[in-house]
Amino acid sequence: MRERTERCVVTFRTTTGAMSMESACLEAGLPGRLIPVPRAVTAGCGVCWAAPPEARTALEELVIEKHLDVDGIYAILL
Amino acid sequence: MIYLDNAATTCPKPPGVAEAAAEAMNTYGNSGRGTHSGALAASRGIYGVRRRIAKLLGCPQADHVVFTQNSTMALNIAISGLLGPGDHIISTDWEHNSVLRPLYRLREQGAEVDFVPADREGRLDWGAFEALLRPNTKAVACTHSSNLTGDMMDLDRVGRFCREHGLLWILDASQTAGVFPLDMEKQGMDVVCFTGHKSLLGPQGTGGLCVREGLPIRPFLVGGTGVQSFSASQPADWPACLEAGTLNSHGLAGLGAALDYLEKAGPEAVRAREDALARRFYRAVRDLPGVRVYGDFSQAQRAPIVTLNLADWDSAEVSDRLAEQFSIATRPGAHCAPRLHRALGTEGQGAVRFSWGWANTEAETDAAAEAVRILAEEAL
Repeated sequence: MRERTERCVVTFRTTTGAMSMESACLEAGLPGRLIPVPRAVTAGCGVCWAAPPEARTALEELVIEKHLDVDGIYAILL
Repeated sequence: MIYLDNAATTCPKPPGVAEAAAEAMNTYGNSGRGTHSGALAASRGIYGVRRRIAKLLGCPQADHVVFTQNSTMALNIAISGLLGPGDHIISTDWEHNSVLRPLYRLREQGAEVDFVPADREGRLDWGAFEALLRPNTKAVACTHSSNLTGDMMDLDRVGRFCREHGLLWILDASQTAGVFPLDMEKQGMDVVCFTGHKSLLGPQGTGGLCVREGLPIRPFLVGGTGVQSFSASQPADWPACLEAGTLNSHGLAGLGAALDYLEKAGPEAVRAREDALARRFYRAVRDLPGVRVYGDFSQAQRAPIVTLNLADWDSAEVSDRLAEQFSIATRPGAHCAPRLHRALGTEGQGAVRFSWGWANTEAETDAAAEAVRILAEEAL
């Protein structure tokens, strides 16, 4: 049986938004990586940013500071 | 990386494709914009690919091969340029959003659209074509193969239906053009839309539509063509009537090299090899506990696609594990095929699609099957 861990998942309206997030996180030294959007979040095509839950506050601050085009931020077991 | 996402785009491209595109970037001018050697090189290059696509897809007139950025653009041109308010169109649950969204938009503008339904196994209800017929039915718009399951449309049946009822037939050959035999003249299609970067093995940014002679299509875009510059309207001559703006001559040079490869290797040989690999994988995974494979593998011909789920595991997570743990590239989610996902009952879970291309090997296929076996055990 697979183990699940909590992740902070940031979703975007467009792939361009996801690329902006990755670029901003790399520049800011924040953790995470791009993964396929979990089905629990959306039934659509796309990618999202998945990071450890403890990074959530820093990610939220980055989203505001850089005006990133974010659709939602979720705590999800993956 | 074991690349099994060839239904999204083939990767890598055959030898010579990248080189031809790069060579064109350094030697081509702009086709139709002058007669210096660079402009003529571009014109000759594009014309050569036009003729070869016409031959490959059975389009009697090379000038009725219209180049576009992709299949989506070609389908938009055909659907919006041939159909309008008051028309009734029959399509199917197998369609990609590149067909569905233009049809939905047309419906908002006053057209009527019905879809031949697929059952829980993804099989189309062939009797529905006749049942959906109305006095104002004008066209059938359908795919040659489902991009989700790889199941193939019965072209003989659809063609007969269109002929018997005098309907236009727009075929989306995005998943099949290049390796599957198609002859629009013999088979009776009015428009065949294709993309260059899938089974034609060429660069992204190339595609087009082959149009039956005598079928006027309202242009989707108007603009520069290099001819009749003082006319206020788009030229009526083919293919300029549907080719506004500079063409992707560099990409088309790459597509020409991809056609070289296909001609040398033989489309049938490429298709048979891809099919053998997909069926090898299917046989290895179909009976594994927890594995559910979608699609009809009793079909003699199918696109080289195997789509599956592992128990109730989120397809996005499975695809990510395949990439991260096994370096296997697949496509999870909805595949821009919402109607078929709903029919299969996979709207919530999505599905993981494995798709083969000219460069895949038996060893890669076996490694993918072994990865599925390992993950399936974890899923239960």
